[in-house]
Amino acid sequence: MPMKIGSDEFKNRVDKGIRDSFMRSAVASAQDGIGQRRQAAADELGNWEEWRSHGEEIRQHVLAHLDYYLELLSENVARRGGHVFFAQTKEEANEYIREVALKKKAKKIVKSKSMVTEEIHLNAVLENAGCTVVETDLGEYILQVDDHEPPSHIIAPALHKNKEQVQEVFTKKLGYKKSSKPEELAWHAREMLREEYLTADIGITGCNFAVAETGSICLVTNEGNADLVTALPKTLITVMGMERIVPTFEEMDVLVSLLTRSAVGQKLTSYITVFTGPRAEMEADGPEDFHLVILDNGRSNILGGEFQSILQCIRCAACVNACPVYRHVGGHSYGSIYSGPIGAVLSPLLGGYDDYKELPYASTLCGACTEVCPVKIPLHQLLHKHREVIVEREGKAPISEKLAMKAFGIGAASPGLYKIGSKIAPTAMNPFTVGDKISSGPGPLKAWTEFREFPAPNKERFRDWFKNRAKVDHE
Amino acid sequence: MMKNVIQNRDEFLNQIAYRLGRERLITPIERPQWKYRPQIDVLKNATQDELLAVLKEQCKKIHTSFCVTELKNLPSVLKDVVSIYGGGPIVTWKDERFSKWGLDMFLKEEWESYEWDPIKEEENIKIAEKANIGITISEITLAESGTVVQFTDKNKGRTVSFLPAAYIALIPKSSLVPRITQAAVKMREIYHTTGQVSSCINFITGPSNSADIELKLVVGVHGPVQAYYIVINDL
Repeated sequence: MPMKIGSDEFKNRVDKGIRDSFMRSAVASAQDGIGQRRQAAADELGNWEEWRSHGEEIRQHVLAHLDYYLELLSENVARRGGHVFFAQTKEEANEYIREVALKKKAKKIVKSKSMVTEEIHLNAVLENAGCTVVETDLGEYILQVDDHEPPSHIIAPALHKNKEQVQEVFTKKLGYKKSSKPEELAWHAREMLREEYLTADIGITGCNFAVAETGSICLVTNEGNADLVTALPKTLITVMGMERIVPTFEEMDVLVSLLTRSAVGQKLTSYITVFTGPRAEMEADGPEDFHLVILDNGRSNILGGEFQSILQCIRCAACVNACPVYRHVGGHSYGSIYSGPIGAVLSPLLGGYDDYKELPYASTLCGACTEVCPVKIPLHQLLHKHREVIVEREGKAPISEKLAMKAFGIGAASPGLYKIGSKIAPTAMNPFTVGDKISSGPGPLKAWTEFREFPAPNKERFRDWFKNRAKVDHE
Repeated sequence: MMKNVIQNRDEFLNQIAYRLGRERLITPIERPQWKYRPQIDVLKNATQDELLAVLKEQCKKIHTSFCVTELKNLPSVLKDVVSIYGGGPIVTWKDERFSKWGLDMFLKEEWESYEWDPIKEEENIKIAEKANIGITISEITLAESGTVVQFTDKNKGRTVSFLPAAYIALIPKSSLVPRITQAAVKMREIYHTTGQVSSCINFITGPSNSADIELKLVVGVHGPVQAYYIVINDL
């Protein structure tokens, strides 16, 4: 599947996540820190709900008229001398980009952070074609140097690593000799990457928002890497998910404002770059050749259906930072580059239920994600919707749930069996019961009681209690 | 339209229209009258002085030094700031305002200083890469976020703001607007009037930074490590 990471089963991935105490505390403090900053940035405006409603109406309008806006965008990119390739599948996108790289005889490619190129596994394709691909976002760079470890968070990809681990990776792979101070590590990456920008043949970026009216691409960063990727190599390729588009600069304003506040609690990030086509005549920097690849890869199947609102997403990760389940299991547990609530909704839609049927269950349906979403995607309702689809249409409910339901169905359908079952429960659980708690249960209770207690079955059944009570009252 | 410049479009867009349960949209769509417009209320009716105060406060949050000067004192103020950042080499845009504001001679005489020159083509990039300081002028300045807006053209290279270790923005006070909303409106106006849009519009908010290692903020990653905004009061 396109954005799948690793081959471990869901349960094993979660188990690994839960046992990684550094990762869990890093995730918890990230959630608290970013969450507070996001809240402060939203509160500061005083009318955040109105902003969210505006974000929602813009995204809904664009999705309802997506073919029109994409046509307009492509015309305007072409008018400015850019090439536009519409790719229905990841294979088509990868093949087009590979061909551009081969035609340009590219040896080195620098990239700024992009989830969509992770989704299509573009780096592997380019490396197989003989290119060296260098990620320039600091977090992505760390993961790449560490044998292409997958990202665990949409905006802070190396969140699960501590500075000592980064130091170790840099020492082993880059001959780094300094301390584990983030400043020194970042400076080393700056020095290594500066040379890469200046000698790269091609730059590749994702796309935060494309502007249909002018054919412009808007990139949002703090490090400034996207500016160098779009300014220095002679050829520039931008890959965009087909839904990441706004009508004009005026809607770009609103969505960028929602994105930076929701993602990191900043009014605007350090660099917002809005480029249009290749460099103009007589300009000395900027690309000579520009290619825009617009990717479907399963997105159109979501349009027009009950999950359409997930395409409103602007990838801010506010839902990830608010999710109590993500807090405990971390990003890699989702088995997809898209983690947290957005990942749990999107991954089964793009990658199928076979691989991702567990994800909609990795939620308490508490609705924290829905509350923080800047474009009002009803995330927890979509998770619930997935469960309905999995059980009713796909017949893919988790086996334990199926067995439990089947057993309950048999037991509850026969008054005799129900009577016996509920009567023997306290006796059957006696060996495992201390006081009124079970702390080391058998069978299906084992996993639960490894971490917490389970209440023991009541010695008096409801039916007996009711009968006795009626008797007492009568007397 | 040139052949093959746009590939696979019809099949792709037909699929979208099909999924949306309708025919392809072929007639232009009017930009909707939005129900909500919260962005126009931010710092509404603020005077230039009030916007300046907001900008000053915001600079504290974006690790950016800030000062205000009268035009006549600009050369000496700039000289001080350049000295704080360790002097040249300096790279600037090719912009007549530098000489109009009395900076030309000073920049050339005091330090090793280069002006972006379209004739030199890519030599400009090498110069910017070696420069210690890049100096540009803000066309639109966003008070709310502390952002400088720049429009690239042949005389105003993109990399002047990104490759040097330190960045200085000269900000005419009159360029101050409440927020990115007004810049977006202006950008559309320019597009509608001229039919053109700059090949690269940069919104720059302080020096580059990253929190990718343990979420600890590091100022100065790929772009400048330090940034200084000099507001010119009587412009």
